[in-house]
Amino acid sequence: MSLSTIEVDDVRHEFNSETFRDDYTFSNSPEAIARFPFPFDRDEYMYAVNIEQHMPGPPKSATEFPIDIDEHYVAEMADRARVLKEDPLRCQSLPHMLMAEWDLLDLLMTSMARDYPRWFSLERDGRKWHWINRPLGIEQRFVFGDPTTLPQGPMEYVTRQCQGDFCLLDQRDNNLWLDAGIVTSQADWSLDFDLGMNFIEWHGPVPLAHNMNIFDRALKFLMNLQQGRPVRRLNWTMTVNPRLDTSPENYHRWGIDRTTVTPENVGDKVHLRVELQALWRLPRSNAIVFSIRCYLIKMGELVTQPKWARRIHRVLRDLPPELAEYKGLTNYRAATLEWLSQYDDGAPTSPGFYPD
Amino acid sequence: MAGESFLVRVTHADPVTTSVKRLRMQAIDGKTLPPASAGSHIILTLKTPNRLLKNAYSLLPSSLDGGTYEVAVLRTEDSRGGSTFVHDALSEGSELTISTPVNLFPINRRARHHVLVAGGIGITPIAAMAEELFRDNRSFELHYCIRNEPNGAFLKDLQARYGERVHLYHSDIGERFGVAKALPQQRIDTHLYVCGPEGMIGAVLNDASALGWLQENLHAERFLSPGGGDPFDVVLRRSDIEVTVGEHESLLEAIERVGVDAPHLCRGGACGQCRCSVVEKDGIIQHRDHYLTQEEREAGDAIMTCVSRLKGQRLELDL
Repeated sequence: MSLSTIEVDDVRHEFNSETFRDDYTFSNSPEAIARFPFPFDRDEYMYAVNIEQHMPGPPKSATEFPIDIDEHYVAEMADRARVLKEDPLRCQSLPHMLMAEWDLLDLLMTSMARDYPRWFSLERDGRKWHWINRPLGIEQRFVFGDPTTLPQGPMEYVTRQCQGDFCLLDQRDNNLWLDAGIVTSQADWSLDFDLGMNFIEWHGPVPLAHNMNIFDRALKFLMNLQQGRPVRRLNWTMTVNPRLDTSPENYHRWGIDRTTVTPENVGDKVHLRVELQALWRLPRSNAIVFSIRCYLIKMGELVTQPKWARRIHRVLRDLPPELAEYKGLTNYRAATLEWLSQYDDGAPTSPGFYPD
Repeated sequence: MAGESFLVRVTHADPVTTSVKRLRMQAIDGKTLPPASAGSHIILTLKTPNRLLKNAYSLLPSSLDGGTYEVAVLRTEDSRGGSTFVHDALSEGSELTISTPVNLFPINRRARHHVLVAGGIGITPIAAMAEELFRDNRSFELHYCIRNEPNGAFLKDLQARYGERVHLYHSDIGERFGVAKALPQQRIDTHLYVCGPEGMIGAVLNDASALGWLQENLHAERFLSPGGGDPFDVVLRRSDIEVTVGEHESLLEAIERVGVDAPHLCRGGACGQCRCSVVEKDGIIQHRDHYLTQEEREAGDAIMTCVSRLKGQRLELDL
């Protein structure tokens, strides 16, 4: 079912018309820059188990609501649909994860309808649910728990309508297992490769952190994650061009971009890529949902905040070489640093993430 | 550190057998109780005349929509008086504080067949599992050990709903769950879940191990209550507070009584969340949990505050 054109047009103009491939017309409005989840609270970076409660942040911030919908929503969903059309294996779910899929659908629809009533609505009459998504022009009546009443599986259905990648983790044998997910805006990792792996296995490629026992501690913490007490952390990397789908499967399309950075185009081409990762315990399945919401910002946009400009220059300059290599920065780090140095006068920066 | 809690009202309270009482609860503070997975438990805060008790009870089958929780409580002659309070003082209209559900006894959804084994009041999480497996059309069998039929909580309901999947064992005529008979018939991808008295759980797990079952296919939930013991003094070094742990009180409850928010989750010695570093002690720690390894117990520098105690005068904790 779809909504009338008039009702959709009513809200469509609130979202950017932009692309994350080919002509790369993606950009952030000044409001989006101001709310960007900048990941560095000091002038240096090292791993930490930087997990905190996923509590509401300040109004208009990326963490004001549990699920953040922003000006890129419609364009990101269009990009996800294209990725899935070309490669259906970006969305996979093992058979025992169906209940967790319904839990995820409940979490996302409930959050989106509650926090963005202008754009989404959900009416529940027992197990008969009625969902309206105005920005995408979708209306759906279905029976909660009956997958035959939805056009796709519950996870795929709802995540085609929600920004961010999602993984569903089954908890058993004192470990967490990546047994379902939809992953189309990832920083160079593959769901198809990791599906069925446990927590320690899928973190295998991360350098340094294993020796610090970070994953053992994080696993223990997450296995005790409680309902109603979600947690979050920020992760980051860099991407050349505002491409959401930097997947290993498509490396031949984007890997070469890393060699195209020159001091002249850094401001437009080089992007800081921040992942707002959040984890919830799901009620019916006892599974955990791991959401990975990607935010992109051009260096040219980032330096409009003087504190962030100074800080990112210092963080990139002092990054350990293993981390620079793991994050794929090696090719264009020097050019980026050279460009950023013009915005770093050496003045001290204030503590904390937020701009001055 | 404590999880989310709900204020609830008892909407139904009825005897299931002469010694088991069922409570149904609904939220009264505008919240909706979320659905719960089979095997979950909640903590009831019981304001008994003598002390504040926090007891864990497994949830009976939950609906997909949530909204209400049900627990079934066996009247026991425990020293703390929790079950007596539930039986004698709680009725329709009573108000309680409960915790959000926690599941330390989950179904393994990858198993192809599930063997559920319950002894007595251990039926509560097992009944929730049976219902979830039944609803999902999964293969399972239920072995229920009771004293006799009038003593078998939910027996008629279980038989009516699950038919030949239910196998009964009457202990008063000497019947016993035939581990050695039932288990060798199982496929390699069968999982077994047992809940009941400690002796029964131990026997089932031992027999299964002896028959070559993989540890990861065996699951047990023990009804561990803190139990009492001689009083002792505890010093919370970081909070700079000293308090005496009463003979019917757990260490964790004493810590909470003086207003210190100590970590905890299951309150039954299983999850490991309440592990606390011991700074000094003048006696022997009575480890009653199922979490610390033998080596960790012998080291004596950590204690699970929810169930374990000191046999001695004074315990100093890093809290």
